[in-house]
Amino acid sequence: MPEIATRDAYGKKLAELGDKYPNIVVLDADLSCSTKTGVFGAKFPDRFFNMGVAEQDMMGTAAGLAVCGKIVFVSTFAIFAAGRAWEPFRQSIAYPHLNVKVCASHAGLTVGEDGASHQMIEDIATMRVIPGVSVFVPADGVETEKVLEEIVRVDGPSYVRLCRAKSPVLFDPSYRFQIGKGNILREGKDLCIFTAGFMTAVVLEAAKRLEEQKISTTVVNMASVKPLDAELIVAQARRHKYLAGVEEHSVIGGLGSAIAEVLAEKEPARLIRIGVNDEFGQSGDYLSVLKHYRLDAEGVANTILKSIL
Amino acid sequence: MKKPSIAQLEEIAHELRVIILKMVHHAKCGHTGGPLSCIDMLAALYFYKMRIDPKNPSWPDRDRFVLSAGHTAPALYACLIKAGFIPEAEMWGLRKLGSGLQGHPKRHVEWGIEMSTGSLGQGMSIANGMALAGRLDKRPYRVYSLESDGGAQEGMMWEGAMAAGHYKLDNRVALMDYNGIQIDGFVKNIKDVHPLDKKFEAFNWHVIVVDGHNMKEIVAALDEAEKVKGKPTVLIGRTIMGKGVAIFENKPKYHGVAPTDEEMEAAMKELGHA
Repeated sequence: MPEIATRDAYGKKLAELGDKYPNIVVLDADLSCSTKTGVFGAKFPDRFFNMGVAEQDMMGTAAGLAVCGKIVFVSTFAIFAAGRAWEPFRQSIAYPHLNVKVCASHAGLTVGEDGASHQMIEDIATMRVIPGVSVFVPADGVETEKVLEEIVRVDGPSYVRLCRAKSPVLFDPSYRFQIGKGNILREGKDLCIFTAGFMTAVVLEAAKRLEEQKISTTVVNMASVKPLDAELIVAQARRHKYLAGVEEHSVIGGLGSAIAEVLAEKEPARLIRIGVNDEFGQSGDYLSVLKHYRLDAEGVANTILKSIL
Repeated sequence: MKKPSIAQLEEIAHELRVIILKMVHHAKCGHTGGPLSCIDMLAALYFYKMRIDPKNPSWPDRDRFVLSAGHTAPALYACLIKAGFIPEAEMWGLRKLGSGLQGHPKRHVEWGIEMSTGSLGQGMSIANGMALAGRLDKRPYRVYSLESDGGAQEGMMWEGAMAAGHYKLDNRVALMDYNGIQIDGFVKNIKDVHPLDKKFEAFNWHVIVVDGHNMKEIVAALDEAEKVKGKPTVLIGRTIMGKGVAIFENKPKYHGVAPTDEEMEAAMKELGHA
């Protein structure tokens, strides 16, 4: 299966969008080689600003550019975008509802070897709580491109969570991403797993293992974490005996929590939340780290089996 | 339109002081000291220097102003009321539910409020972004911000100062209301920011230090800033918190409280509005 990192898809698509939208401006904070904004910078040097190692300043500058009519894409590692620069983002971008798209790479445990200081397993929580901010977690390169095509057409702030590691291409180019909609990738009868990002591919693999254990599994890709497809969640809750949310994020405040909120209000059901359990990450190659936190296909399948048997 | 004289600008600043105190007194909370210390500089900016049009508030070529020291909001609102952007009756809404005059500015371009601010140090970067956009779009507008010495304790302000110097933003002017007081007391005792002139110089700014209550000096500095090429300009105004009303002057207590009825009466008497 071909593989591409969502950050690579971002860099490529951003450069394409730059042709179509002459008012796109891109900012980075000394990580343009890693976030792939450098591709845009090489093509449109006048519309690319490297703000240096100053993420807060980058957010404020983005706000100023946006009030003057620019569509601003801002990139750095997720820990700095949704962590360090959270407050300037909230105050200067989200509060006045400006047209700034924060596309943060190296989210989750994906920076692997760099360890806990550079990993970000709290960003979905910190960003989705801000009023008026949309949060997207694309699963592969195709979905990343589709998300970008959609958000560039919508005025307002959004956060896109991108991954360093290459992930399998799950969607074909005809795939249509809709803001606020989830999509069913696999149909089953017993269990429904909601997931997003790199974990979507992992969960599809886990579903095969569960099938071998006679657990017929539905997999729903939830790239649009906010707005969230509550209707689809409720429908799946009615159809399945078991529900699970799987994410490369803390189990506190992320996609699983968002789904739990919907279920608690609309269709009370038990949800198995799988993610990082209130602990920090650690160094190691990405796949080993995922395995350590039981976020590989085997770990996810086993956790679910243990919870339901 | 003919530019007002120094004497006329001083008279405008005096009227603005009265509006500020009426607003804050009516709101029964808010900041008294800061608006009075920065108002001479803002009066010069709004009524002498900036190219703005209250009949066309979103004119693309207008000069922009960002109130980085967001807590001095009553000073900005007073200028916008006096200039005709905000209807005068709105002044009684300051800090009240449903009002456009929030405790700290909320973006409302039709009223001349260019940006939401209030978290110190952030306006520096925002104004830089506006200046970069102006340069990209080849528009002639200039971008001003009001900074404060307390705000200069924020790291983000210096990130912005570094960026403006690096990007040689000569369409960018920061006014520094250097009144020496912050909430907890005197800046020099809490965490001294001195020397501000040398700090800005080190970040490649053109620095002008003025008496922030001397209208002639302020006006000359704003004119000088317009001639500077290849650098942003900072106009450091040495000011007195609470300037214009003896009982408020240079007292940390009045950083963040509204005047009582008795204090208001005394203030109005001193300002000749009793």
